[in-house]
Amino acid sequence: MPKQTPSQTVGPYFAYGLTPQPYGREGIADGRVVDRTLSGAALAGHRITVTGRVLDGAKAPVIDAMIEIWQADAQGRYAHPADGREASFHGFGRTGTDGEGAFRIETIKPGPVAGADARPQAPHLNVAVFARGMPNHAYTRVYFSDETAANEADMVLNLVGPDRRNTLVAMLEKTAGGPVYRFDIRLQGEDETVFFDA
Amino acid sequence: MRPNTPYTPRDWDSHPPYIVPDYRSTLLRGPKKPLIPLPHSLSELTGPVFGHDVVGPLDHDLTRNGVVNAEPLGERIIVTGKVMDEAGRPVPHTLVELWQANAAGRYVHRWDQHAAPLDPNFFGGGRTMTDAEGRYRFITIKPGAYPWGNHHNAWRPNHIHFSLFGPSFVTRLVTQMYFPGDPLLAFDPIYQGIPESARERLVSRFSLDVTEPMMALGYEFDIVLRGPRATPIDED
Repeated sequence: MPKQTPSQTVGPYFAYGLTPQPYGREGIADGRVVDRTLSGAALAGHRITVTGRVLDGAKAPVIDAMIEIWQADAQGRYAHPADGREASFHGFGRTGTDGEGAFRIETIKPGPVAGADARPQAPHLNVAVFARGMPNHAYTRVYFSDETAANEADMVLNLVGPDRRNTLVAMLEKTAGGPVYRFDIRLQGEDETVFFDA
Repeated sequence: MRPNTPYTPRDWDSHPPYIVPDYRSTLLRGPKKPLIPLPHSLSELTGPVFGHDVVGPLDHDLTRNGVVNAEPLGERIIVTGKVMDEAGRPVPHTLVELWQANAAGRYVHRWDQHAAPLDPNFFGGGRTMTDAEGRYRFITIKPGAYPWGNHHNAWRPNHIHFSLFGPSFVTRLVTQMYFPGDPLLAFDPIYQGIPESARERLVSRFSLDVTEPMMALGYEFDIVLRGPRATPIDED
């Protein structure tokens, strides 16, 4: 049986390959998940922004990271054959971090998706983090601070010790431009973000 | 493939650890707390599906997709292979992205300050979809080695970066393809960070069958992604 091909870092120079829009090339996705996946008709769901910074073990910004988002639509449907329902939303986003280590995702808030135990999970974004200095990408999830009851019942959040659960919850800030959820990703350190062996 | 079967876990005997001390930038960027195993739900069994519409007609041909007024300089090569899962089943119609330095070892990236020439006719990025048998094929220029600041006199071996999706978000893979016989592999902490028994899987094979007369040398590089945990029952 063939064995898995080893992972390697994206290195420092992935941008013109994976997020090439600043180089005048079409990319397969960007941080505007909403705009890229609208198909003319108005997309159901609440428009949200998720923003934050990627920080290293010395709390320094990681200015050459890439964040990928995979999510369900507002009804909790994934645009994938394993879901089988017709999703209204492609649900994939990708963006690099900027000179402050910051990223910004404009999307819709996902609906609940059935968990491994068949009970509904709390709304969440699935996240992969890539960077120079990361031989493997890291998986995490973004949950939402205004989903208290759903978060308390969520199977995956309950796999995480109560002292670390908050690293997975994006904090809602109401702004003039609409709801903004703040979610920092700490690759290492005392308040290290929870990463999954997904 | 049965879509609702959980995927095999990441095989940590195949992948490098997050922290490889000789690769210095891992020291502050690698998670140190244990990863939490995640039971697979639809969130993990699904992933982005791309159509052939994301691939333009020249996207697989890096000798043509950056041309301004002449052919790019360097040694033309063909890189081809099969994307499969751990049971050897092909992964058809999946997106493969690629990026690399030019023949002089210089990246188009704005931060690359290496004192080697840019090639105005070479961009260095491309993408393609695997076919129904999981095969992909790129035409490109053999990338040059280049120095980096990891340690005194550090040079990266010739390599091409690959990014793959496979059928789900958990089959995602970013890796690097190397070239056979490269003397720099022995000194490269990024390559050496891979468990010894798995390293050679990233070294492509020279192939005279893939080589095209008077045109380009051929290299084969097969890629194995995580597959469904249980072998599905044959349903035909």
